Amino acid sequence: MKRRELLLGGAAAAAFGALASEKPEKGAARIGLSPVFVDDQLAFLTNWRSYLEQALERPVQFVQRRSYREIMDLLLEQRLEFAWICGYPYVRNRAELQLVAVPVSEGRPTYHSYLLVPATDRGTNSILDLRGKVFAFSDPDSNSGFLYPNYELVSLAEPPDRFFGKTFFTWAHRNTVEAIAAGLAHGGAVDSYVWETLRRYRPETAAHTRVAARSPEFGHTPFVARRGVPSRDWLALQRALTGMRDSPSGRALLEKLNLDGFVPGADSLYEGIARMMAAVKGVALHAPTA
Amino acid sequence: MRRLRDLSFKYKIPLRGVVLALLTALIVTASMLYREYEGLKQDLVTTSGHLARVLANTLVTPLVHDDVWRAYEIINSPFAAGVKEASPQTAELIMILDANRRVYLATNPRQYPMLTDPGRANPDFYELWQDIEGLRQPGTRVVERAGSPKLYVVTPIIADGIRLGTLVIGYSKDAFAPRVIGLAKGAALAMLAALAILLPASWYWARRFALPLTDLAQTMHLVRETLPDPADVKVYESRDEIGQLGAAFKAMLKGLREKEALEKEVVFSERLAAIGRLAAGAAHEINNPLGGMLNAISTFKQHGNEDPLTVRTLSLIERGLLQIKDTMSALLVEAKVKSHPLSRQDVEDTRTLVLADAHRKAATLDWENGLDERPVALPSTHVRQVLINLMLNAIEAVEPGGRVGCRIAPEGGSLAIVVTNDGGYIPQERMEVLFEPFATGRESGHGLGLWVTWQLVHQLGGTIIAQSEPGNTSFTVALPLPEETP
Repeated sequence: MKRRELLLGGAAAAAFGALASEKPEKGAARIGLSPVFVDDQLAFLTNWRSYLEQALERPVQFVQRRSYREIMDLLLEQRLEFAWICGYPYVRNRAELQLVAVPVSEGRPTYHSYLLVPATDRGTNSILDLRGKVFAFSDPDSNSGFLYPNYELVSLAEPPDRFFGKTFFTWAHRNTVEAIAAGLAHGGAVDSYVWETLRRYRPETAAHTRVAARSPEFGHTPFVARRGVPSRDWLALQRALTGMRDSPSGRALLEKLNLDGFVPGADSLYEGIARMMAAVKGVALHAPTA
Repeated sequence: MRRLRDLSFKYKIPLRGVVLALLTALIVTASMLYREYEGLKQDLVTTSGHLARVLANTLVTPLVHDDVWRAYEIINSPFAAGVKEASPQTAELIMILDANRRVYLATNPRQYPMLTDPGRANPDFYELWQDIEGLRQPGTRVVERAGSPKLYVVTPIIADGIRLGTLVIGYSKDAFAPRVIGLAKGAALAMLAALAILLPASWYWARRFALPLTDLAQTMHLVRETLPDPADVKVYESRDEIGQLGAAFKAMLKGLREKEALEKEVVFSERLAAIGRLAAGAAHEINNPLGGMLNAISTFKQHGNEDPLTVRTLSLIERGLLQIKDTMSALLVEAKVKSHPLSRQDVEDTRTLVLADAHRKAATLDWENGLDERPVALPSTHVRQVLINLMLNAIEAVEPGGRVGCRIAPEGGSLAIVVTNDGGYIPQERMEVLFEPFATGRESGHGLGLWVTWQLVHQLGGTIIAQSEPGNTSFTVALPLPEETP
């Protein structure tokens, strides 16, 4: 396990250009949040933002978007300093990004991809049982919600673009759970962390779904900084996040997030994703028509 | 049926009123409900038309982008509030059909899975095809299939002239039921409230209408052998038909009563007249031999016969014959005797005559002589006889210390004589035969006093009426005065 050295300094010479984020706050830390967690708890987000503002001693601005790609684009266009993203786009854009922190759930900085089916479906135990069915992906840039099921099909020698009868994107793991619970899709792939969180906080939806199969573990959805962000800034965020488990208010927020805490994390956590990426390279996957 | 017809108006009219009130309430309620139902349906068509147009417009982009989840969120937005209450305005189903008539999306994907033929889950869709096919222009169409509990609002999703798919919104007509039932309950309550007022009111009015009729019917039942007492005749006083009927009935009763009285009077007079004729005939037949016998005895006496036994026997016979003669002459009232016209003094003389008897009984005599100095053209002998007879009877009837009254006065075209006393009254059965000869209930007297009085009054063309009740008995005589002769 090679631990990636932290890149110090302003080599990236953060002379960033004009920021175009809406309502830019002067000196604010702009953090992009993609739907890798249950991101619709606005009251919670306000509290978390206050917490981070206190820890960073500067204003914090959360920026939320519908898809992972929009957050990644904002980050790469230097409109954001930080973002909570998925391991898949992290691996894809590793050169541009600096790992800040990795969430820890159930004691480990990892999560799984769950193959989810309606609770009424008792027979499905593998993705192979869903041939010709309607399948829900979360986001084309999601590891657990897109890359892994495609990789699995490829490794089983099934053509991913023709295996299912119909596929669609829900743009959030939570929506995938709802689509399956409603019977809209016969199956879907979701982030285990989101599903477990839903099961804990919104059992009425999760109860209508069943985990038919689970993937090996992958590095958890990372907090990243755009390269070029001064190291004292991202280190400050790293300290703020990893320090949450040490204060009562931080622990209360972690409880809401259904996380044990954040750790600095190692780049090597994402090797599994990198391998899958390589395996599906050149294979026609389902691509969003949008 | 027959028994219903036989029912008394007392019940029949109120029952009709009640039935009318009920019918009215039912018809009003039913028409209200029908209007409400139609209104609900019209509202549904209007609101669903709006909803369908909004949804169809919003769905264009997600359909072009094949963004299933976005489209799903859009068609679920009418349900998003989490309102599961069965309101008729809440769609039961929203579905998008693709160009191949397959389900692209439905709000209840379990029943209508993606990519399947919706007709398999609901045969209504096989029939809906022709309506869906026919839609080439934007706009909504309401499709109602006979026998189906559903109502469909069909809207094509068209972008730039290209038909992307079809939006179908299904409504359950059953959803109307709770609303209609709720309305019906409300209407029923209102109906009951109205009936609570209408029923007693109609019952009351109907009773008021029926009661005069039933009263009249009951009173008519009283008319059988005898006429009802006027006090028992209850008649509704008004000018309406029932009132007229009652008045006519009353008039009829009055006529009947007068006729009855007249008949009684006629029978009475005829009986007395018959008795009079019989008495006169008998008297005449007896008087002739009687006169002969009395003459014979007289002659025999003149010839002188000393035999004491014969003399005593003859005088016994003579006394008996004389008594018969007296009785006969009393029976045979003869009013043809000439006498002078009645004067005030004649009446006063009569008073003097009866005063002795009154004093003997210590009775008070109220005497009222209404005649003036001019004589009245009536035979004084007869009038005095009538007056004496009535006065003596009255004095006889009173208890010692009682009161006897007499009033004589010309009244209209006749002379009125009213004799009253406060003695024991004459029972009804005696009243019937009061004026007949020998009908007296008394120990003394020959019982011809009133007979003679009646005969005299009758021969003078007058009337005599006896009325008697405890404490007051009166005889009223009216003697018509002859036409004024100067």
